[in-house]
Amino acid sequence: MSGAEDATTRTPPAADAATPRPRWQVILVRPETVTFLFLIVATIGASWLSPFFADVRYILESFTFYFEFAIVALILTMVIISGEIDLSAASMMALSASLFGVAYQAGLGIPGAMAVSLLSGVLMGAFNGFLVINMKLPSIIVTIGTLTLFRGLAQVIAGDKSIGKFPAWFIGIDYRFVFDVPIPVIVFLIVSLILGIFLGTSAIGRQIYQIGTSPIAARHAGIRVNRIKYGLFIAMGLVSSIAGLLAASRLASVRYDLATGGELQMVLIVMLGGTYIFGGRGTILGTFLAAWLLVVIATGMTVANIPINAQLTVLGLLLIVSIIATNAIHVRTQR
Amino acid sequence: MFRKSLVFGLALGVSMASGAAAFAQESLSIVFVGKNTGNPYFDSLVQGFEDACDVLGCEFEFVAPATAEATSQIPFITAQIQRRVDVIAISPNSPDALNQVLDRARQRGILVLSVNGDITGSEEFRDAAILPTDFEKVGSDQVEMLGSLINYEGEIAILSATTEAPDQNKWIVGMNEALENNPKYAKMTLVATVYGDDQPEKSTTEAEALLSTYPNLRGIISPTTVGIAASAQVVQSANKADQVKVTGLGTPNQMRPFIKDGTVEAFQLWSPYNEGWLASYFAVGLKAGTIVNEVGATFEVPNLGTITINELNSINTQAGLTTFNADNIDDFNF
Repeated sequence: MSGAEDATTRTPPAADAATPRPRWQVILVRPETVTFLFLIVATIGASWLSPFFADVRYILESFTFYFEFAIVALILTMVIISGEIDLSAASMMALSASLFGVAYQAGLGIPGAMAVSLLSGVLMGAFNGFLVINMKLPSIIVTIGTLTLFRGLAQVIAGDKSIGKFPAWFIGIDYRFVFDVPIPVIVFLIVSLILGIFLGTSAIGRQIYQIGTSPIAARHAGIRVNRIKYGLFIAMGLVSSIAGLLAASRLASVRYDLATGGELQMVLIVMLGGTYIFGGRGTILGTFLAAWLLVVIATGMTVANIPINAQLTVLGLLLIVSIIATNAIHVRTQR
Repeated sequence: MFRKSLVFGLALGVSMASGAAAFAQESLSIVFVGKNTGNPYFDSLVQGFEDACDVLGCEFEFVAPATAEATSQIPFITAQIQRRVDVIAISPNSPDALNQVLDRARQRGILVLSVNGDITGSEEFRDAAILPTDFEKVGSDQVEMLGSLINYEGEIAILSATTEAPDQNKWIVGMNEALENNPKYAKMTLVATVYGDDQPEKSTTEAEALLSTYPNLRGIISPTTVGIAASAQVVQSANKADQVKVTGLGTPNQMRPFIKDGTVEAFQLWSPYNEGWLASYFAVGLKAGTIVNEVGATFEVPNLGTITINELNSINTQAGLTTFNADNIDDFNF
């Protein structure tokens, strides 16, 4: 970047070339900045709405309700950056958690049942990958299909009864603390950090952006597009089954309707974080901030006893504003 | 000058008096977490809470999530714990997914009441359940209702909610017992029990299937508000209102058109208003120490009479089911 600046100061730019943007703009005018500003405004607003909001312990506790969707949203961010989408994640959570419950009931023990659940996640992700990559079907259609399929299978396997009576040590992950911080919050921090570094600095991370920007160019550049996409879909399945297990621990029971409608919340988080829906752009940091933004807004309004319809209206408006901002910033930086 | 200080003194006195009153009887805060918003059934229940709190001097608020999904109430309960309310009354969306959060509420000294339905199998996670009526009698009352409409003769079917809906299942057991044991119903045959999952589409499909599978069907009992409306709609569309009598549990607003056009002659429901009224009196009495939350204990509630705490700390309004028909339906709005 500094080289480009030097070049423009030495030689007069061509008439139709835009002047490079100043460094402060490159750093600050990003979709994540918008998310961060929203987060600050929302925090101030929520503290003003209710005297009960500004309590770190309460906010961290409330985060555990959204944690499962937030951690899936991290992987979904990478899937969307690569130009695909996966709407079946919430159903994968339900099916893998139902399998966990059934396997536990069948006497497999918690570790065995967890293994079954994680394996099912990998297989479901691979199935999505197979349909998208080998069958060359659009991922939005494929995963709307598997969204219904996996949910249906969950109901077939688990029936419409809850499965519970898990041992005490397995229950209540959201209420175990390390230095007064709930374990899910710590897990989310660590996973965000690792994925952020992976996506931002590793070779494969950069290739994911290239695939999303132009899959054909990426293929010509020798990037193993199919292999990376397969990996991403499998990662979605795996993280969904992990989220399903965490939900099972938090709720102390599983049911086929676990996380119903969760796919929309996941997409909401990714979009609020400034990831470009057509791929090629987005960051883990944005999704990380957006998860907290969602928590602050939902929690702040709930603790102020603001009716849910008003809450949904605010979230909807925020999503539209953030999509407009993301688009505007991307168009601007592409010039 | 004198007048001014007199006014000032009066104002001070009044404010001190009211302050003292507020201190002496620190007003109890009750919050009711409904199943979901936009459910007119709860408007009447909320009214019961509000009226009782006007009399008793408690603070009342109503909150509800957008959907009746199993976990949607959890953030609302946590928020109420954070608000340090004294009483959480809840119509639970799940018999067990709320256990952990209700446990936390109770650990912080909050009284937890399950209202209008119980968390069957997880009773240890709430202090008491406030039920609308004596659930043991609902099943037989419904059979009697349908019997009176079809002269106690012919094939009948049940269209319920989900296969595991605890209240409906209890009533269905009651219906089966009445049909088997009471000679009055000897000529009534239960040919099918089907489940519409409380979804309008599935309930409609199941009701249509009943009509086509059992051409001699004389009546449908649907002990759920979604199911009875779907059944009435199907019978109306098929023009079979004379042959197939639909009854069950429904709300007046929802069933009004079917009563008006004669598709449905009569249906039943309890008064949700009484539940809110009873829950407030119970909560305030318990917190004040005038009521003991023990099985077998009794207490008085204005308009409802003597209330007994039954097995598993479940309490009902002692009021029977109200029957709604063309004569009285316009007196109700919920």
